[in-house]
Amino acid sequence: MPTTAGERAAPVGIRLRTVAAVLAGKAAGSLARRLGRGGGTALPGLLAERIEPQVVRRLAGQIRGPRVLVTGTNGKTTTSRLLVSILRAARHDPIRNGAGSNLMRGIAATLLREADLRGGLAPERPAVLEIDEATLLMAVGELHPDVIVFTNLFRDQLDRYGEIDAVAEVWRTTLGLLPAEATVVLNADDPLVCGLQEGTRARILTYGIDDPSVAGAAEHAADSRWCPRCGRDYAYDALYFGHIGLWRCPGCGDSRPTPDATATSIDLSDDAARFTLTLPEGKRTIELPLVGLYNVANALAAAGAALAMGLAGEYVGAGLAAATPAFGRQERLNVNGREVRLLLGKNPAGLNQALHTIVAAKGEKNLVFLLNDDIADGTDVSWIWDVDYEMLAGRARTVIAGGQRAEDMALRLKYAGLPPALVTHDIAAALQGGLLRSGEGEPLYVLPTYTAMLEARESLGRWASAGHYWERDDGI
Amino acid sequence: MEYEIRIAHLYPNLMNIYGDRGNLLCLRWRCEARDIGVKVEEIGIGHYFDSESYDLILIGGGQDREQRRIAGDLAEKGERIRAAIERDTPMLAVCGGYQLMGREYRTAAGDVLPGVGVFDAVTVHPGEDARRCIGNVVAESTQVDAPLVGFENHGGRTYLGPAARPLARVTRGNGNNGEDRTEGAVHRNAYGTYLHGSLLPKNPRFADRLIALALEHRYGADAPALSPLDDALELSANVAARALSGRTWRGQAARGGRSSS
Ligand SMILES: [Zn+2]
Repeated sequence: MPTTAGERAAPVGIRLRTVAAVLAGKAAGSLARRLGRGGGTALPGLLAERIEPQVVRRLAGQIRGPRVLVTGTNGKTTTSRLLVSILRAARHDPIRNGAGSNLMRGIAATLLREADLRGGLAPERPAVLEIDEATLLMAVGELHPDVIVFTNLFRDQLDRYGEIDAVAEVWRTTLGLLPAEATVVLNADDPLVCGLQEGTRARILTYGIDDPSVAGAAEHAADSRWCPRCGRDYAYDALYFGHIGLWRCPGCGDSRPTPDATATSIDLSDDAARFTLTLPEGKRTIELPLVGLYNVANALAAAGAALAMGLAGEYVGAGLAAATPAFGRQERLNVNGREVRLLLGKNPAGLNQALHTIVAAKGEKNLVFLLNDDIADGTDVSWIWDVDYEMLAGRARTVIAGGQRAEDMALRLKYAGLPPALVTHDIAAALQGGLLRSGEGEPLYVLPTYTAMLEARESLGRWASAGHYWERDDGI
Repeated sequence: MEYEIRIAHLYPNLMNIYGDRGNLLCLRWRCEARDIGVKVEEIGIGHYFDSESYDLILIGGGQDREQRRIAGDLAEKGERIRAAIERDTPMLAVCGGYQLMGREYRTAAGDVLPGVGVFDAVTVHPGEDARRCIGNVVAESTQVDAPLVGFENHGGRTYLGPAARPLARVTRGNGNNGEDRTEGAVHRNAYGTYLHGSLLPKNPRFADRLIALALEHRYGADAPALSPLDDALELSANVAARALSGRTWRGQAARGGRSSS
């Protein structure tokens, strides 16, 4: 693997202040973990940054292995996880952060956790860091990444991120700062993400799905179906989901480029996705133990990052085959003999994908929808009206609406032809109701927003049969 | 079906940013529950808008880039839209659509988009660094008997001229400009509002008012009375939203107001 790229922070003379910051941060982290405060992700970083504002730069400055940042609206947690799995297959031991720690504070906490007591980090380790889309500019300034992977750009928590043009503009600014030695990995199927290749000196690699047989019907959660250059609507030879597909502009002739990494012959089943991965070095059949077309896109993003790092295709194949679902995303567990499937859905595009996965499964459906409106969920719940819940009408045995905004959820479901049998703010009660009302031998699908997922996971974890509790994995 | 209303949905692919589709789903649902047919015509850029063909006009919100894209086309349709409004066609214009139904919208970048002029109102975006108006809203309106609830997210501030009446008075939230407590605008049967977040589902009386006006537009004195529906869920969502709007969140002041209506 190439080791460094571009203008790096000066190698560290370890400063006393850095050591103090590391010690304080590590102490706070272990205390928080012992108290069971969610792995203690925010506090240690905050504390260390107080003592040494440059703690991230000083710690990250020691990493000589490639530094990879993964960002985008949906799929960044899964893509990071898949890339970590690929790196492990190649016998690397990457530094990685979890879904809940993708702001600068969380990055600081991740580096603190990995550092020794003097603030030292094993220099040969690569780093794979998931970055909140609005934090990318700052992260690039502090971390000097070798590779940045972009998954997609959809509307998400408009109250928090602002509109998607604002996000895209910050991304463009960020890429303008990259040196020519860096590599940017872009989703060719997302016209907004694909357009990021203009105005950067960095090397560009693209990935995309080349299989019109998996194209779906147009959804309402699309954001970029028209050309920013000339204003015409894009034409799609295949539209996979949202605005992701084989796009071209009939006005100015702009079109999806031929990707460097592609997926063809895609076969989606209830528990896996099989496809042919084509990289410049050749073709390979991939068995991905995750469901849904969007996970094929995530696998391609990870493969693109591996390509950027010069990893051989055999590691890509082995790493993808060894993948496991991320926290709250497609997790399955057993509660008193009943299978519960947890599918995080926090924006229209992501939730539509989860719903497609459920529709594709056999039998009648038992569904618990949990809608919270905390900051981490988005305080504006109107996005549920952009989700195509209608696709489940007539297929459900049980429908339950729960969470802080249970009434809003219930109303949306009623208008989608899925009137709920129970409406409650109490998440545990909603889950119990779902378990009681589910048909014999049928799985219960739980679809929460982010903070509702944390709460649901805790209840379900307590009730889960011994031996079926999910693997604890530092939240990644 | 004996009765039918014809809805013109303006720029549905471009102006639909905050769940605005919920308003159409609600109108359709509440009509069909009463055996009233609904015909929706999607009117995009370059499509002809016939001022005599519709009983209700809908337009949702969009970002500055969508507003800029439709502004020219809207100017061409402007006279026919105004004619429809003067013939008492009801309209619901939300957020970015509401801004463009005023006389003009001065964007964050400082350029002026001419509006249709349905409402005597001017919108000014104070710039990308200014605080956005974001959050739950509760507003009292003389148009309906229950308080209107919804969510607002806009950078532009709208100021009403002497010929415009506000739709409501905010008791929580910012409304038109965060200064004079007015929210939205009314002219004849046209309503403009910043309440997105699928305004109509949680405000069923307001939805029914639009349906009744549309029927009256189509059938005059022969319009049917609306039979009552079971709105227990709708009203409980309205009440719950009112209770929730008292909460505050840390970090509520938003970042990233760039390029936005
Ligand atoms: Zn074009």
